[in-house]
Amino acid sequence: MPGLEDLYREIILDHYRTPRNRGELESPPAIESRGHNPLCGDEITLYLIVDGEGDDAIVADVKISGQGCSISQSSASMMTQAVIGKPVSDARAMLRRFKTMMGIDGIDEQPGDADVPLGDLEALQGVVKFPVRIKCAVLGWNTLADALDRAAAT
Amino acid sequence: MAPNPSHAAFDLEAVRKEFPILSRQIDGKPLVYLDSGNTSQKPRQVIDAMSDFLEQSYAPINRSSYRLAGEATEAFEGARTAVARLINAASSDEVIFTKNATESMNLIVQSWGRANLADGDVVLLTHMEHHANIVPWQQLAAERDIEIRWVPLTADGQLDLTTLTQLLDGAKAFSFTAMSNVLGTITPVAELCRAAHDAGALAIVDACQYVPHNVTDVRAWDADLVAFSSHKMCGPSGIGMLWGRMALLDAMPPFLGGGNMIDTVTLDGFTTAPVPAKFEAGTPPITEAVGLRAAVEFLEQLGMANIRRHEIDLTRYALDTLNARFGDDITIYGPDDVDVRGGVLSFAFRDLHPHDVSQVLDERNVCVRAGHHCAKPLMQVLDVQSTTRASFYLYNGPDDVDTLADALDGASDIFGF
Repeated sequence: MPGLEDLYREIILDHYRTPRNRGELESPPAIESRGHNPLCGDEITLYLIVDGEGDDAIVADVKISGQGCSISQSSASMMTQAVIGKPVSDARAMLRRFKTMMGIDGIDEQPGDADVPLGDLEALQGVVKFPVRIKCAVLGWNTLADALDRAAAT
Repeated sequence: MAPNPSHAAFDLEAVRKEFPILSRQIDGKPLVYLDSGNTSQKPRQVIDAMSDFLEQSYAPINRSSYRLAGEATEAFEGARTAVARLINAASSDEVIFTKNATESMNLIVQSWGRANLADGDVVLLTHMEHHANIVPWQQLAAERDIEIRWVPLTADGQLDLTTLTQLLDGAKAFSFTAMSNVLGTITPVAELCRAAHDAGALAIVDACQYVPHNVTDVRAWDADLVAFSSHKMCGPSGIGMLWGRMALLDAMPPFLGGGNMIDTVTLDGFTTAPVPAKFEAGTPPITEAVGLRAAVEFLEQLGMANIRRHEIDLTRYALDTLNARFGDDITIYGPDDVDVRGGVLSFAFRDLHPHDVSQVLDERNVCVRAGHHCAKPLMQVLDVQSTTRASFYLYNGPDDVDTLADALDGASDIFGF
């Protein structure tokens, strides 16, 4: 059996104890998306501001509020650090890479995705050994995907 | 746990030996199964009854006239008799087999509710109900203008009955749990049934958590309809029960249509079979009924009163142990008085999320549930998103509580408290 040290890496616990980019943004102009895990009741709200349009669009700011376990909170916290200031296309590439790392089937990886580094998020790869926790790790990412889709549609 | 001579009838070690899964080890450590509020483990007697039946006697019931089919029908109906005896029903025909207690609740709402509730009618529920006793009513309320009212809770997680008379005023049904699956609270069922009847309302009891752990007497309760399930009382999953007063069941329209539930069918329509067949469309869970009967007999051999006494002692020990070891670091929801609570302990531990608590406990093979326990409205009332829940049964003992406490200590190390 995989040990707890595979799951609870120090950097994960650090983001859990001191989550980055927590809070709310005024909506509008921010896009507000809610995500929840029906199994455990965890709910998060993600606020997103995108600057520019089309290929030039940049993730200008992301804030997260709500509660969750160490895995969902740290994953969302690391995600905000990874995507803020990056082109939307890079954020989407990270989203695909992260879900592939979580062993989720059917992710249509694009050429060039591998050039987008996951950085600290690699620490979450141990989650794959604990299948029931994968939903926790992707909660923030699925909420970001929803917000990005809605930003693109406006 | 203090020795008590009156408990000589209950031999925990002997009981544990009846459950093969309890001798399983994972990573060289024994299993500490504390999730019986979710589903219970099965004794050898139940496993053997089901495999013997499948190997020797399996056949359709109520349909064919050869001897084997007669044997299978007799075995199936034996389960009905056993369940009726367990809950002191007036007749085994008052026991209806469903898929699970959730289906029993849906049967009540779709049959009785649809036939008896009109726009403007009131149904009373409580804040500690499982989703199975909320959502079916909300489904009907989405179609008709039915008002759902709620009995609130006291600070220690019991029903606050101070406004019960007003809440029941004009109500057509009062549907409530006999024992909360989150708080462990045992409600005053007979008193609630009486109050419902005084107000002219039907008394419907969700006894899913209650029947496996207590002496149940539906006639002493004077209830109208009672839902419960097999898999929480040492029987297999896939079969649930609905008990009802015969006159009431007789007047209720059928729920599902199909084979077995009819008297006759013509091109123009159908007439229904008598109760209980009227509510049992299609081939029922036959082997599961045989397992259920064995489970009832297993519980009867031990004695429901003995099981309840064992769980009272164990719950007291668990409350005292966890509070003594963790003090303000643990918040256990529900009443402290074990006379009105069963062996269900939902708690918050330090600032840790229940998912993380259960993950750390799993390292010691301590199986608990983390989440909202299918009672999200109650979570909102408690102002929590989720809890960690340890729930006990007849095969749990003080050692399990001690392992739980030791494993909780381990959580502090990992998360740095």
